[in-house]
Amino acid sequence: MANSLFPLTAYTIYSTMQSSKQIHAWLLLLPAMCLLVAFTHYPVVKTIARSFYGFGTRWESKPTLENYRYLLEDDVLMQVLYNSFLYAAITVPVSIVLAIAMALWVNGKLAGKGLLRTAYFTPTVLPMISVANIWLFFYSPEIGLLNKLLGLVGHGGINWLGDPSVALYSLMAMTIWKEAGFFMIFYLAALQTIDRNLYDAAAIENASSWTVFRRITFPLLMPTTLFVLVNALLNAFKLVDHLFILTKGGPNNASNLLLYYIFENAFSFFDTAYASALTVLLLVVLVVLALLQFGVIEKRVHYR
Amino acid sequence: MSSFLKVTNLCRYYDNVAAVQKINFEVNEGEFVALLGPSGCGKSTTLKMIAGLEQPDSGTIEIQGKNVLDRAPGKRNLSMVFQSYALFPHLSVKENILFGLKARKVPKPERQARLDKAVEMVGLGPHINKKPGQLSGGQSQRVALARSIVSNAPLCLMDEPLSNLDTKLRADMRTEIRSLQKQLGLTVVYVTHDQIEAMSMADKIILLNQGRIEQTAAPEHFYDKPLTTFVASFIGHPPMNLIPQADCVLGVRPEHVVIVGDGDIGANTGVEMVVKECDYQGSETIVTGEYSGAEIKACLAGKRSIDNGEVVKIRWEPAAEHRFSKQGGQRLKADG
Repeated sequence: MANSLFPLTAYTIYSTMQSSKQIHAWLLLLPAMCLLVAFTHYPVVKTIARSFYGFGTRWESKPTLENYRYLLEDDVLMQVLYNSFLYAAITVPVSIVLAIAMALWVNGKLAGKGLLRTAYFTPTVLPMISVANIWLFFYSPEIGLLNKLLGLVGHGGINWLGDPSVALYSLMAMTIWKEAGFFMIFYLAALQTIDRNLYDAAAIENASSWTVFRRITFPLLMPTTLFVLVNALLNAFKLVDHLFILTKGGPNNASNLLLYYIFENAFSFFDTAYASALTVLLLVVLVVLALLQFGVIEKRVHYR
Repeated sequence: MSSFLKVTNLCRYYDNVAAVQKINFEVNEGEFVALLGPSGCGKSTTLKMIAGLEQPDSGTIEIQGKNVLDRAPGKRNLSMVFQSYALFPHLSVKENILFGLKARKVPKPERQARLDKAVEMVGLGPHINKKPGQLSGGQSQRVALARSIVSNAPLCLMDEPLSNLDTKLRADMRTEIRSLQKQLGLTVVYVTHDQIEAMSMADKIILLNQGRIEQTAAPEHFYDKPLTTFVASFIGHPPMNLIPQADCVLGVRPEHVVIVGDGDIGANTGVEMVVKECDYQGSETIVTGEYSGAEIKACLAGKRSIDNGEVVKIRWEPAAEHRFSKQGGQRLKADG
């Protein structure tokens, strides 16, 4: 090292090395940190600040709770929150159950299971925008595939995306179609790590396939289920792309979800301050959900 | 007495390669039978076919006089202990043991009684609420045994149950398994590649090689009268010396070989051997040498050191000689 050319005391050599190591470390961290600060930390802080100091697109000099007070009065928000929770409460369990069922199915002895696995996984690799366009073709009122099929049996057809009582469920069906295949991959991987001998031991004990699933397979899949559950819940609140293509939150907010409502406030109504308050609300909801999940479920999960 | 388990002409092929070829054997009630052989000899496959976890390509399996081939594993009235123990990692010891009884819907009071008895027999009392991950190898083994005991099945299949344990524990468990078997009057088919396990535990050994039975006999016959050169070279520590002769293959056990001039009677009657290696093992020394183009091992008591290359005279009693045919390695009748 260059330092050793000079007659330095042990301490200064040590401290010089320490500080050069420190600089080295910070330099290595710098690129990632720039990106994180610019695109994550700064916006978060600014959003929180704007929710207290903002009014419309302007900044106030004094902090105010006006934006938060309006949260409580906003009827549309109540509708949107109800939609969002219903959306999560239905899409998450249904896609998990379907994912487990599909994984068990394609994990068995089956001709052409490679093809089947690919078929199940395909919706996952498609971008949400393309998925929405495919489903637009299914759901269109006059020319849509679903209504054509209903026409064959003499049914007049359903306005899948235009009927306020149906629109949200139409979106759920599409989300489940897209998500279940993705979660199936995790379950498939988990199933393959289960020791075959356990199933042999169960067979010797004359355990029915339901008993085997309930007492062996399902408990051993619990860590995967926890992982999938967290991801599915976060996705339920994060997915928004399909709304742009299919319903734009309509009709009359019947299919509006929290994230899309934030987008509307920020970029259609230009009330960035209120959008900031809504964002903080979304953040709180997600944090609470995550804590609940880890707290409640982890107690019942078996980790090897 | 008709046999408890009867296996007839059992065959199993994997991709046209025979794993098990025309195996026939019978097991009497209360008998402890070891299926012994090197890895890949078809012993585990045979056991799995008896359990019903694999289907044979041909042949029959009868348990208590009834053909069981079309019965599911759970309907054959047998229990099984796996090499990996196959304990359910998320269930406590107690739940692991009770799994089968719950699956078979045994009433609760009886379940409890059978659990208590099994737990006591294998000495798992303090551990019944632990998970398998918290148990040592020996304790896991006991859980697997207890699972077998609670089932009350008269036939128990064991697939190398001791191979994951250390030497000392293995010796203890050998005695324990044997005494459990006698106590419960179990009929046991025990798969192992370890001749000591087979020799010390079994009433009868079936030695398999490449999917075929080499010899079926009581343990002492394997030592005294091996039927083939394969058996001769498999059994014994170290196995029998095989010396090619003009008309046959001569077999002598290393422990029957003595070095002449060791204060031994009948000096000057031996043959010469060039010493290649001395392997000291505590109670004995195994001297390896070359005689008549064959490698000879001699077990000598105590510690011996003979220089490599030294020529010593060795001899053995004529009664200790075994003779096998040059072709096929079958035991020749002439020497009884």
